[in-house]
Amino acid sequence: MSDPMAEIRASFFIECEELLESLQDGLQTMDDGDTDPETINIVFRAVHSIKGGAGAFGLDNLVHFAHRLESAMDEVRTGRFHPDGEAIRLFFTCADVLGDLVRAARDDDTVSSDVTDPVLEKLEKLVGVEEEAEEDLDFTPTTLSLDFGDDMALPTLPDLSALPTPEPDPADAPLPGGKGFTIFFKPDPALYLSGNEPLYLFRTLRDLGDLTVTCHTTALPTLDQIDAATGHLSWTLTVHTEESEQAVREVFEFVDGLCQLDITPFATVPSATLPFPLTATPFLPPLSPPEQPASTAMLPDPTTVPETLVAKDTAVRVKPVETPPSESSAPAKPSGTPTQPHATVRVDLERIDRLVNLVGELVINQAMLSQSVTEAGLPPNSPISTGLEEFLQLTRDIQESVMMIRAQPIKSLFQRMGRIVRESSASVGKEVRLHTDGENTEVDKTVIERLADPLTHMIRNAVDHGLESPDKRLAAGKPREGHVTLTAQHRSGRIVIEVSDDGAGINRERVRAKAIEKGLIPTDAQLTDGDIDNLLFLPGFSTAQEISNLSGRGVGMDVVKSSIQALGGRIAITSQEGKGTTFSISLPLTLAVLDGMIVRVANETLVVPLNAILETLTLTQDDVKALGPQAHVVQIRGGFVPLFDLGAELGYRPPQESYVGGIVLLIGQEDGNRAALAVDGIEDQRQVVIKGLEGSYGPVPGIAAATILGDGQIALILDPTDLVSQASGRTRSRPPQHALAG
Amino acid sequence: MTDTDKPTSSSSIELLSFRVGGQDYSVDIMSVREIRGSAKATSLPHAPSFVKGVINLRGTVLPIIDLAARLGLQTGDKPERNVIIVVDLGARTAGLMVDAVSDILAIPSGEIQPPPDLATDNARTFVSALTIVDGRMIRILDLEAVMPPQSEEVA
Repeated sequence: MSDPMAEIRASFFIECEELLESLQDGLQTMDDGDTDPETINIVFRAVHSIKGGAGAFGLDNLVHFAHRLESAMDEVRTGRFHPDGEAIRLFFTCADVLGDLVRAARDDDTVSSDVTDPVLEKLEKLVGVEEEAEEDLDFTPTTLSLDFGDDMALPTLPDLSALPTPEPDPADAPLPGGKGFTIFFKPDPALYLSGNEPLYLFRTLRDLGDLTVTCHTTALPTLDQIDAATGHLSWTLTVHTEESEQAVREVFEFVDGLCQLDITPFATVPSATLPFPLTATPFLPPLSPPEQPASTAMLPDPTTVPETLVAKDTAVRVKPVETPPSESSAPAKPSGTPTQPHATVRVDLERIDRLVNLVGELVINQAMLSQSVTEAGLPPNSPISTGLEEFLQLTRDIQESVMMIRAQPIKSLFQRMGRIVRESSASVGKEVRLHTDGENTEVDKTVIERLADPLTHMIRNAVDHGLESPDKRLAAGKPREGHVTLTAQHRSGRIVIEVSDDGAGINRERVRAKAIEKGLIPTDAQLTDGDIDNLLFLPGFSTAQEISNLSGRGVGMDVVKSSIQALGGRIAITSQEGKGTTFSISLPLTLAVLDGMIVRVANETLVVPLNAILETLTLTQDDVKALGPQAHVVQIRGGFVPLFDLGAELGYRPPQESYVGGIVLLIGQEDGNRAALAVDGIEDQRQVVIKGLEGSYGPVPGIAAATILGDGQIALILDPTDLVSQASGRTRSRPPQHALAG
Repeated sequence: MTDTDKPTSSSSIELLSFRVGGQDYSVDIMSVREIRGSAKATSLPHAPSFVKGVINLRGTVLPIIDLAARLGLQTGDKPERNVIIVVDLGARTAGLMVDAVSDILAIPSGEIQPPPDLATDNARTFVSALTIVDGRMIRILDLEAVMPPQSEEVA
């Protein structure tokens, strides 16, 4: 990262991702029927900023595409084109392609023109914007672009000697008749540095009404004194328009604060003699070269352009290359915009992780300190105890805040899913609409990253297998367009993400038949609907290619399940025949701390994740029933749950004689099955900091990780699902007793 | 292969010697991170018998190996009088539980000899070299072999 260019480039691409996100957002809002000009502006600005930055880096493909898209957006912005649903879908596709191009540019990859060209073609057919002159696409500041865009012919270069050299001052500016405004516009150097271009502003003004432009060149120094980075020109513009002053001001919204701007409405005065009658088809010699306004056009004698100008050119080129990435956001987010985001800081993830670790240590230390204070026998209301309590509160707050740093809205992930829906629905010929809800729900960054693949899979499944074809939908009395809903919410300390469709639901008959055929279940298996649905998560099931022809699912759902489990999450499935299917993923808020119940087993202290515990109970004589030679079951409200002796399963001690009077934790598993874990006692319930075991020792069956308790001892964190799946289920010792390691 | 092999090319090697199960062993001092008193270890389920468990070493989880049990020696009944030598091996860190730390020895590399062939004894597996100091035989431990096997790959 020593190369400053590489750093700037990297930050440009990060910025691009943010812009793409706001682009998607804006399009989504438009798709929802919002026609607020500000929304369209956001969309336009996002594309514009990407184009600006890309131009600075010489990413021609990106600039080219962004430019065409921007032109189309401009049509929408100025109200010449009113996008319908189809147009917005196309815009979405464009945004996707734009994202591809950005990523390709970042990774030094290329996107085939086979991808971009058809999209552009469609876009132009739809919006009716023709490709503009290539000069406009070129962002090197020295380009002299005289094309006023659209359908106007390129005017011939003006006779420069005809320019009145000593420009009249603004007071002498023409005051044409009719309603309108006189605008004095003097850009600051910052305006050019941030990639703005007066020409575009003037064009937009022209859209408001007849425009007359007068350029003041008095401030222009001689060529050898020109500082290329500073603008020397100012303009007086008169615009005849019925629009309000507000509308005129909006044109300059982008450059607010970057220029000197006076807008005065003029009274009805008969038209004066105009030095430049620049109505409808004006030529604007001084407008285009932003950094170097006078390089050629304004020279009294163009033939005397000296060699040094070339050197200046390169100097000018360098300037914008360095600045736009950091500054391009400035014009994109003008002050006073209602959607202005909060100020943010980009921090290396590693630093945050270090902070998270340190706070973890702090929590442990604080607990140890509390414990020794208690052991020292200090009275509870002594200053030390009170101080310690405050310390405890502060530590908690710090921990929470640090965790918040890692949290990110899940929105970026949801937006990616929007694309998956669009692409997969197009490939299977279904009309699908994605609804998202709760996209501002904050989730740990790592979780978001690792959720992308499983979620993609589930969305594809929902579109491909969950929803019926349009004809079948109509036949079933449903709207042609299928709906896939993606929601995220916080629910009791966990993140719950749901993917649901309004398709036909799981065809349980077929799933069952398939499972029997695959030998996954015996032919006479008694299965509830829930059991059958869960068959989809079986590894063997997913290999069935034919399942994609059924209304059921199962392509790779086992992979989805295991990746969710790896995140400490659970996945559940509910389905209603004819109504649709819902997959619900429940994830821990963070991967660094965990709410746990501290239990004691055979003189060892263990932590059981609180989210796995459904309830705790004390067994009575009636609750425990023997089953077979070695096992017990617990009867709970008419159901039977297998009993596991935690001490025996972990090899700490032989199974106990009797469990009557013992304490059991009722554990709920992802598959809906329950298990009862016998423990010796429950000690506490608290947040623990997760310390991985894999790094130092390696995975331990039944154990998820370790933590450090208040007394400095290490306690193991149980993985109940893993424990139960590997359990022997032996709760009765059969003589002779085998020796156990302790 | 291990740190103890390296110094054969240099002039001398520094070893940390300690007693375990009535025998003198040593490790290259460069692989020793610290020496600390014994602490109550949290036992790991399903772990080999020579893995005493894990302890908290200033916030990290440190596995403890009962070296006497690892080497198949008499453990002796002096449970809490042990010393833990924290050693680094590559990216892994572990604590070796020994009876007592004796000395730091500088041994000229010429005086280090390979252990003689022993057909049956598995002690050979853990000893990479031998040397003699003041008439005592010092065994140089092969740390790599002593470390708990990195459990089977996570499926």
